[in-house]
Amino acid sequence: MARLTAENLQRARQLIGLYPQSRSALIPMLHIAQEQDGWLTPDGMAHVAELLDIDPAEVYGTASFYDMFFTHPVGRHLVSVCTNLACLLNGADELLEHAEARLGVAPGGTTPDGEFTLEEVECIAFCGAAPCLAVNWRFFGNIGNEDFDRLVDDLAAGRLADDVPPHGTLNRVRRRVGLVAAGGPAPVAAHEDDATPPQATSS
Amino acid sequence: MITDAAPIVTARIGTPQSWTLRSYLDKGGYEGLRKALTMDPGEVGQEVLTANLLGRGGAGFEAGKKWGMLRKAEPVYLVINGDESEPCTFKDHMLMEEDPHQIVEGTLICAYAIGAAQAFIYVRGEFALGLERMTAALNEAYAFGAVGRNILGSDFSIDVVVHPGAGAYICGEETALIESLEGKRGYPRDKPPWFPAAMGLYKAPTIVNNVETMSNLPWIVTNGGAAFAGLGVGRSAGTRLFSVSGHVKRPANYEVEMSKVTFRDLMYDPKLGGGIREDRQLKAFVPGGVSAPWFGPDQLDMGLDQDAVGKAGSMLGSGSVVAMDDTTCMVRAAWRITRFFHRESCGQCTPCREGGGWLDKIMRRIELGQGRESDLDLLLDVCDNIAPGLGWPPQKTTICVLGPSIPSSIVSGIKMFRDEFLVHIKEGACPFGR
Repeated sequence: MARLTAENLQRARQLIGLYPQSRSALIPMLHIAQEQDGWLTPDGMAHVAELLDIDPAEVYGTASFYDMFFTHPVGRHLVSVCTNLACLLNGADELLEHAEARLGVAPGGTTPDGEFTLEEVECIAFCGAAPCLAVNWRFFGNIGNEDFDRLVDDLAAGRLADDVPPHGTLNRVRRRVGLVAAGGPAPVAAHEDDATPPQATSS
Repeated sequence: MITDAAPIVTARIGTPQSWTLRSYLDKGGYEGLRKALTMDPGEVGQEVLTANLLGRGGAGFEAGKKWGMLRKAEPVYLVINGDESEPCTFKDHMLMEEDPHQIVEGTLICAYAIGAAQAFIYVRGEFALGLERMTAALNEAYAFGAVGRNILGSDFSIDVVVHPGAGAYICGEETALIESLEGKRGYPRDKPPWFPAAMGLYKAPTIVNNVETMSNLPWIVTNGGAAFAGLGVGRSAGTRLFSVSGHVKRPANYEVEMSKVTFRDLMYDPKLGGGIREDRQLKAFVPGGVSAPWFGPDQLDMGLDQDAVGKAGSMLGSGSVVAMDDTTCMVRAAWRITRFFHRESCGQCTPCREGGGWLDKIMRRIELGQGRESDLDLLLDVCDNIAPGLGWPPQKTTICVLGPSIPSSIVSGIKMFRDEFLVHIKEGACPFGR
């Protein structure tokens, strides 16, 4: 139930500085709030409203429109199973049924230990590897029932912690500069830490 | 047949670390931008006009012509649409992950041509790795001097911002995307007066272009618009990236020459889709995203040509082709697509918000064996209320085209597979056993 930490406050202020109108920073700021707490808390949203000088209802109104934002707690691992056409044709309904049985929750539900939230989602643009799913928006394709079980075991045991950060963490690469075209500070040289860890990709 | 046209936007994909600046520079990266900066901005626009580059997002409007429609006022903004969400389309996802510098370079070329004050690359929120790769590429590009102040030693300066979405199909619609970029719910705007080129982001003249469209620009500037127009046929110029999925043996993205290559090539050529799984029969296919009316096997030999597909009553749309074999329940397929549109309706317009829900319910009961024979007429009647006349392109009763896209799969399904619908109703169960 937290306002933004000092570090996240600084990130939020940098974001506001990137746009001609501050409200454009709202969605990126909400991603920061969700990264911090795993979901959007009332205090977090109120803090974002304060920073943008808008009403908290405006923040909630925007947040509630978007599927990725949760205004209630969710598990550390958000398991998003696609059942749209390409996946449907390749057994997604059966995969979703298996996921429900394995996790013991229906779509929308969270396991009692708070580890997993299951959801059924629309196409996630990974159709070359249907049926597919995402965990905290890291993609896994060609998933059979056994693959699903192994994935859940690996996640629960923390074996995929490098590839799959906790729910809410979206972009682990930070922008290095503000606006420089008009004469702001010059960009610093890129470092190796900009390289993202290797992962399954959509190609 | 497959032609020997070399790939343009996927030329670097598959090479080691294709997403890094070093890899990009090794393969001629940022040379297109360097050349563009020696030209007059108007000349750059002329090359794109000559190239006959149709927008690769879905509507297929000429990119060069779009740029020419900008209202003369300052500032001008450029927004790159990377909110790829049309079901079964996964090409922009790949481009953002695998070759982000190509998108940054294309963005800068476009920004230079239209005199943009700032550019925003709107990346679908779910694409976590895409966001990381785009952000890292932008950091590298700034440090390299390809973005920011006095780009590559010229007097052109501009900032580019990578902006994450947060999960909403409708934000792929350009005016909804602009609302979203302004920090609001993704509600499409009425056109007129909200044509982005006249009144877009912050009410300023704005160009919204797709990720793949931008990815073509470095090649077009380097090789000339005429070289691009020399590929394909007529208005369907160049190569295009197609997402092939469903019941093909080799589902993937394939870049092929437009018009000359056919749907059959795309799904059956051993180097492309590789045929239908287990060598089964093709029952029907989606030619251009689930908003598009379906085609049957009799249309397999049609070229991937925007105008030809349009004349045949469908569209190339977002460039996704989905094969459905003879084991597919077409009621279930159409119901799933209908459910998608119902779920993704933004809720502003009654025909879409309410009609989508009714169609979802009726399709559900037919699939579950509780349908009535009168349901087919009822479905078509509701569809007709959303898109009067049920023609193609559809008539609109709504602000945007999401609503009029809902009838496509239902009308196709009833037209092509009426008996299959009736079997569900008469037998009180899905004959495919679900």
